[in-house]
Amino acid sequence: MTEAPTPEDLGAHVDRAAKLIGLPILHAHRAGVIQAMGVIAAAATLVMDFPLPDDVEAAPVFEP
Amino acid sequence: MSDLDYVGSDGLGLVAAIRARRVSARAVTEAALARAASRGVAVNAFTAVLADQARADAERVDGALAAGREPGPLAGLPFAAKNLFDVAGVTTLAGSRINASRPPARRDAAAVAALRRAGAILIGALNMDEYAYGFTNENGHHGAVRNPHDPARVAGGSSGGSGAAVGAGLVPLALGSDTNGSVRVPAALCGAFGFKPTYGRVSRIGCAPLAGSLDHVGALGRSVRDVTAAFDAMHGPDPEDPVCARRPAEPCRPVLGQGIDGLRIAVLDGHFARGGEPDVFAAVAAAASALGVSRRATIPEAHRARAAAMVITACEGSSNHLDDLKTRPQDFDPLTRDRFLAGALVPGVFYQQAQRFRAWYRAQVARLFGEVDVLLAPTTPCPAPRIGQDRMVLDGVEVPARASLGLFTQPLSFIGLPVLSVPVRTGPLPVGVQIIGAPFREAHVLRVGALLEAKGVAAAVLAP
Repeated sequence: MTEAPTPEDLGAHVDRAAKLIGLPILHAHRAGVIQAMGVIAAAATLVMDFPLPDDVEAAPVFEP
Repeated sequence: MSDLDYVGSDGLGLVAAIRARRVSARAVTEAALARAASRGVAVNAFTAVLADQARADAERVDGALAAGREPGPLAGLPFAAKNLFDVAGVTTLAGSRINASRPPARRDAAAVAALRRAGAILIGALNMDEYAYGFTNENGHHGAVRNPHDPARVAGGSSGGSGAAVGAGLVPLALGSDTNGSVRVPAALCGAFGFKPTYGRVSRIGCAPLAGSLDHVGALGRSVRDVTAAFDAMHGPDPEDPVCARRPAEPCRPVLGQGIDGLRIAVLDGHFARGGEPDVFAAVAAAASALGVSRRATIPEAHRARAAAMVITACEGSSNHLDDLKTRPQDFDPLTRDRFLAGALVPGVFYQQAQRFRAWYRAQVARLFGEVDVLLAPTTPCPAPRIGQDRMVLDGVEVPARASLGLFTQPLSFIGLPVLSVPVRTGPLPVGVQIIGAPFREAHVLRVGALLEAKGVAAAVLAP
């Protein structure tokens, strides 16, 4: 299982990724954004840790 | 028509009375408007009431009946729409403050137009979570929607106004949208039937998006036949919506009474049988018992499906609002803002892997539907939490109250399955049971729901 990012890791990612896409994060919002990023990262870890077969392709237009 | 009669009948019961001219569409509309002005205010369901338009539409229905013209299968049926559906002449708020400065919509959303063409009367637009990104409808701009059965509790979301509008007896039918559970959660918590058809079954044209890969249009109502009649009026191909299925409409009302002979039904175990309060599992057990179902089935990796749905929703939702997130983040609801901002910063590999996982998971569930036709599961892990409640304990574990309401709905909408949430009362507050079908097998789901309703296990719980 992938090691969970620390709050410092998440904060550094938020700051750098926000700069990269030109998204200002106000000081008053930063702690909440880092917390939300932690929730998304935890969900993403579950997905990333699953061993998908190589031939699985995302459906460009999803038809159930 | 008295208020008691208005609330005492389902939507199609009102339509039958109107068509038989025992009551006028105008009188039914007045009853709906009166209820909206009293109980509607108490639960904070509406953001706009369209009294003049509703009266004019009702007069047209009465005029058609007087002249011997066909007024439509939903003649005079009052309904309301979550305020992310375009309504001509009304600004589409989508639960936000930001959209309030936009010009009014020029035409009705496809789903609204379809219901009005069938003779239904639009009463107004309904409160919701900002941009549909929530499960509790504690809207920071327009106020929390209150649960009709306990005003200190949430109505559920994101279509909370729709749930409260049905549960409080304001209208017999309400339109909602469902990306991760936003029709089914408020339906369950407010005591309504909530139907989310297969992904792509109903056009989303004129419906503000949350996450296009997962967004569905659905309906909440007082009875299975009400939500079925709405589905029949709304579904079918729409070349304007790129994900709308091209297959022809398959009306379900004619088959509602067929019962469950020939249907293989199972109760979902694993993810769907833990992490909830006893009430919700008791509701599933009551439904299974009434149907004579003892079989169990497992959807593999459902918890991971929920996680992948969260990742996709965060990325697509944020992308839709990126300009406003850059220029006016302070105008977002505090309950959505930080999640939208974070969603804009998610690495692309997370998103793509979630979409690939979705394809894998869809194939696993398709295999399961080779062995069974219909699955049962709880809708939410608990009855309605209190307004303002941040944490709760489920199965001995403390969890975030708001996000956890989607525990059992997200793994199903993730792959677009048709699901009907039926209201069941096993404790002081209503909960829901999800009836889940294979893609495009809405008829299976609705037939099971109709039987549970006929047996008295499922019934709308309307507050007085």
